[in-house]
Amino acid sequence: MLTLEKRPHRSAFWTWAAPPVAVLLTILFGMVLFLILGKDPVIAIKAIFWDPVFGEFAFYYRPEIVKKAAPLVLIATGLAFGFRAGIWNIGAEGQYIIGAICGAGVALAFYPLEARWIVFPLAIVAGALGGMIWAAIPAILRIYFKTNEILVSLMLVYVAQVLITAFASGLLRSPDGHGFPGSRNLSQYSAAANLDLISGTGMHWGVVAALVAVLIAFFVLTRHQFGFDVRLTGQSPRAAAFSGINPNRLVLFSMALSGGLAGLAGIFEVTGPAGQILASFPKFYGFTAIIVAFLGRLHPLGILLAGLLMALTYIGGEVAQDNLQLPAAAILTFQGMLLFAILAVDTLTMYRLRRSRKEVR
Amino acid sequence: MTLLEISGLTKAYPGVVANKNVSFSIGKGEIHALLGENGAGKSTLVKTIYGLVRPDSGTMTMKGQPFTPTDPRAARASGVAMVFQHFSLFDALTVSENIALGMDNPPLRRDIAARIQEVSRTYGLPLDPMMVVGDLSAGERQRVEIVRCLLQSPELLIMDEPTSVLTPQEVSILFETLRLLSSEGTSILYISHKLEEIRTLCHHATILRHGVVVGTCVPKQTTSREMAELMVGATLQAPKRDHATPGTALLRLQGLSVPAPHEFGTALKDITLTVRAGEVLGIGGVAGNGQDELVAALSGETTVPDDMIEWQGKAIGRLMPNDRRALGLCAAPEERNGHAAAPDMTLTENALLTGRTRMQLANRGIIDWAKTREFAQTIIEAFDVRTPSTETNARSLSGGNLQKFVIGREILQRSRLLIVNQPTWGVDAAAAAAIRQSLLDLAAEGSAVVVISQDLDEILEVADSFAALTDGRLSPPVSTKGLSLDQIGMMLGGAHDMETAHVDA
Repeated sequence: MLTLEKRPHRSAFWTWAAPPVAVLLTILFGMVLFLILGKDPVIAIKAIFWDPVFGEFAFYYRPEIVKKAAPLVLIATGLAFGFRAGIWNIGAEGQYIIGAICGAGVALAFYPLEARWIVFPLAIVAGALGGMIWAAIPAILRIYFKTNEILVSLMLVYVAQVLITAFASGLLRSPDGHGFPGSRNLSQYSAAANLDLISGTGMHWGVVAALVAVLIAFFVLTRHQFGFDVRLTGQSPRAAAFSGINPNRLVLFSMALSGGLAGLAGIFEVTGPAGQILASFPKFYGFTAIIVAFLGRLHPLGILLAGLLMALTYIGGEVAQDNLQLPAAAILTFQGMLLFAILAVDTLTMYRLRRSRKEVR
Repeated sequence: MTLLEISGLTKAYPGVVANKNVSFSIGKGEIHALLGENGAGKSTLVKTIYGLVRPDSGTMTMKGQPFTPTDPRAARASGVAMVFQHFSLFDALTVSENIALGMDNPPLRRDIAARIQEVSRTYGLPLDPMMVVGDLSAGERQRVEIVRCLLQSPELLIMDEPTSVLTPQEVSILFETLRLLSSEGTSILYISHKLEEIRTLCHHATILRHGVVVGTCVPKQTTSREMAELMVGATLQAPKRDHATPGTALLRLQGLSVPAPHEFGTALKDITLTVRAGEVLGIGGVAGNGQDELVAALSGETTVPDDMIEWQGKAIGRLMPNDRRALGLCAAPEERNGHAAAPDMTLTENALLTGRTRMQLANRGIIDWAKTREFAQTIIEAFDVRTPSTETNARSLSGGNLQKFVIGREILQRSRLLIVNQPTWGVDAAAAAAIRQSLLDLAAEGSAVVVISQDLDEILEVADSFAALTDGRLSPPVSTKGLSLDQIGMMLGGAHDMETAHVDA
């Protein structure tokens, strides 16, 4: 019999080894899954993990991976602060949507003004503020009424989804759209468009923002007082209070931070890859980012890698669907397995496996 | 006649041998002391006897029969009963309900109250079976546990640090009971590190150090000092102190009142107090009488209306902890792991935890880790904290070492007034002496020190004046010169025992 025995300390080895081991396990079990579906497992895995990066059509897929990873990394980096402090913003998806609506609204208000140096920055600021305000709602409710921020932030996602549908067919609907829902295409409005900085690389401003966010987050977590306060609050709330950290301020700061970054992701997405405010705009980046945050160990550099990996499974999944006719559900299952594996292997950071002998009574 | 004979008992845990070849025996009706510092292996040994731990090797015999309890139920069936240091009682239930819950074969509901009264009368343990446990004092709660044991007529009663939560009056009631039990033939295994108690109560003592029996003695014929030195394995130095004339008033509490933070917390009621520079004020009281709440109100974890706390004439009731630290008002709460220190953070990070303001460890929010590490290193060296490095997690330090670190951290930021709660709780004798000395040194340099402690000997050793904290109220401080333990006991609420006098009526 194998039993789990609690370790006296978190294992430093498994903290870092768990994600790669989990990926390997996922590949292994994924191969079994694809085998059962009657596909060549090696080709399927190659289609997901190899072809998008190094395959014949990689020149097309690589920018897609980068574009997909950027919002995930941006949102997850913000979430990592709150999660480390035990503040659970589950509603980044809503903040992402509201950020897109606010930013797009501001940009469209200037249409057709061709002054990029004023329209684009204002749209970005509006997007970040929108996300912040949307995230501040659960924070303030928690501070003053002791509501649960998990529930409130999650419920606000549904409100945001209804709002974007309403805006797409109402206030922000394109006058030139022949009555179809959907705003003007911002990626075709040159004063607001968020296009590749170097054509064909996928490097738009959102990617730059994600990289900058990772670097700043890394610095703040290791060198800044705020990062220390966040870590201390998460590890030991009473010691944090004794140290003099104001828990309410921390709740508001970290919620606003994650909301702001989610809002940024929203505005960069709606002015770039997505192009317009549409009911189909949400792509669950806000939820996937939660997985990315944990897969990346709530560490900025880990999140960067995890975001790229997650984006790879999306793009690779599409490749596998197109080339091997794998059902979409199989790809979702595969991604689910990844999360499952990371949780399972994670157990080893706090527990060790031990062969137990049967005790005789 | 020998009741329990233990020979060659060994129990090892990963990385540490808790008991190594331990042998001793307890006679019928004997009160046997098990003496040792924290971590000496006392707990493992009694847990083995009570069936909670199985030894790796060695034998136990009870009345000549092999004794190998597989669980506490089996141990109880053989006549072993144990009163733990931490009580396992339900606050919301009555005394008799609690007692019935803890028994293997509880008597009928209607009989139990009568039997509790009978036992409590026989052994002089005033206890009302109908009282709700949440309303009882620590001493009364302990009586509940003792009565529960006595109802099963044990042959061996194990008592783990029974007096740590009692007032002197409660201690003497307990000792009377134990002597009576002993005269009736019940053996008692008495675990403690309080030497005077052992000298007045126990017939024999076995002294453990690092899991090994290092000596046995007849306590009445041995001095406390000899026993302490056996226990510690070194010669001890009593703290040196000079009574300084107190200087200017640093801190003034004026009608400090704070509502209870939670259901089983204690409200602070109208506390008025002046603490002067150079003074060591001892605040005594049984745990749960408002100690934690008082520390929180002074450290700034709980804020209060501004004029309730005055610092050199300035109202500071609303200031947050770091603003108070900036003034020089520092604190060390009782719970080291998770309150005074973050267990999963390194000593360097823990140095930053309270040191950031006074030691200027951060500049515009940017932490100066090199300077912080230096500060941690200074604490470690100055206070002889045994740790591999500054990058060790607080959790892996022993209680005494972490306490030295926590106290050192506050003292070395040149605090003007330091409030410590239970500075030497669970700390070995050598470390405790070092901590007390450092508090006295701080006062000698002109800072004020407030020592909150349940250990009255400790207070008498370090404090210039003494005040009693009972049910959130603080008595006016009196000078400790010539103050007797008895007087202190009365201040601490001998009144509390009066409330239970109606039991016999």
